[in-house]
Amino acid sequence: MTDQINIDSVADLLAHVKAMESEAMDRYQDLAEQMEVHHNSETASLFRKMAEVESLHVQKVLERAEGIDLPHIPPWEYKWTDGEAPESVSGENTHYLMTPHHALQMALKAEKRAVNFFTRLLEQSGPGMIHDLAQELLDEEREHVELIQAWLAKLPEPDEGWDEDPDPPLLQE
Amino acid sequence: MNIDSAVTAAFTARDYKSDVKPVWCPGCGDYTVLSSITKALAELALPPEDVAVISGIGCSSRIPAYLNSYGFHGVHGRSLALATGLKLSRPDLTVLVTGGDGDGFSIGGNHFLHACRRNVDMTYIVMDNRVYGMTKGQPSPTTEPDWDNALSPGGTGLRPFNPLVIALASGANFIARGFSGDPSGTAKLITEAIQTPGFSFVEVLSPCVTFRPDQRDWKKIVRPAPVVPTEDIGQAARRLMTDDGFNLGVLFSGKREPYKLASHKDEGDMASLEKQFAISRGIL
Repeated sequence: MTDQINIDSVADLLAHVKAMESEAMDRYQDLAEQMEVHHNSETASLFRKMAEVESLHVQKVLERAEGIDLPHIPPWEYKWTDGEAPESVSGENTHYLMTPHHALQMALKAEKRAVNFFTRLLEQSGPGMIHDLAQELLDEEREHVELIQAWLAKLPEPDEGWDEDPDPPLLQE
Repeated sequence: MNIDSAVTAAFTARDYKSDVKPVWCPGCGDYTVLSSITKALAELALPPEDVAVISGIGCSSRIPAYLNSYGFHGVHGRSLALATGLKLSRPDLTVLVTGGDGDGFSIGGNHFLHACRRNVDMTYIVMDNRVYGMTKGQPSPTTEPDWDNALSPGGTGLRPFNPLVIALASGANFIARGFSGDPSGTAKLITEAIQTPGFSFVEVLSPCVTFRPDQRDWKKIVRPAPVVPTEDIGQAARRLMTDDGFNLGVLFSGKREPYKLASHKDEGDMASLEKQFAISRGIL
């Protein structure tokens, strides 16, 4: 966890972006599996779709990094500003009855964290290749935010009491 | 402990996950502890076949099934006994023990004391959610005395068990606390625990969102311990006795030599075993 994003080379930045996209993909896959285990296929499909999108982003980063030796960075030494890779959705607020609308809200929050990360990196980096790459990545993340907002607008708001279950899987007796 | 020296990039965290999908409640902290374990194993580049994960009973004790390493989902509270036997007979394996606060400190409390005392080289990761989640929310040894619910109206009124103090007093060589909401920080602690010879104990605060939704607030309470790791047992004792249970990091890292079977090499030698067998049968 750090305030200062000390990324000092393009290779270092690409290693961060690769980790960011990979972690996001893994997290979406985990959440899809959680929903599948709880027979919430609609939300599981959405998480699967998000995992596929992130997988394409990983591929894109790898293509961009072709010919560049990316450094190995232990998970705890990435310069994330709040401890976790910015694009990873937080799993703590998931619910077995959550709707695709909730899932997209989580995704939107994660994309906004990515925007904040690149905005701060941009502010902290002087002119040069890191600055240019950060700008490019920031633009991409802003585009993702807009796409998710547009997607979200098409989905119905969850009904009141969406999490009510007359026969919950775990009930204190 | 020099984590930088670890051989890296041979495995990814995904390589340690099995095809079995976890059945924990969505939002459970154990998901990220599982992720932290796989990250630590990848960082240490330990081949899955060189790792054994032993557990007892409870939600968190399901972890061996979700990993691609060797695993043993054992008897309630007896994971440390199983792991001790395994490590002494197969010292080449990296042995991890996983479980919860009920399994480890109540049913397995006696084994916990003696595992610390024996100081066999293994790492014990306890996902502490201060409740028996699998059996629907009974208070555990680490539950707060005033936790009021349907199964303990008004709270138990009992002083909680302090596992870190007990571990220190009983002889554990490495003591740390992590939080499931900080998967990378927890991965670092587990990596250090595995690298430290002897019995390493890592308590991971892992919220039970089903029976302890109040634990969602832990993320606002936890903080890095404002101290550097110490090998001074007196200093560690003072820290742990005044600790409120939410300081994260390595709280003790000692220098005790791990317990090893002195005659292990001879016992493993088939010719030696056959000779002993012959003597016992009066052949020689």
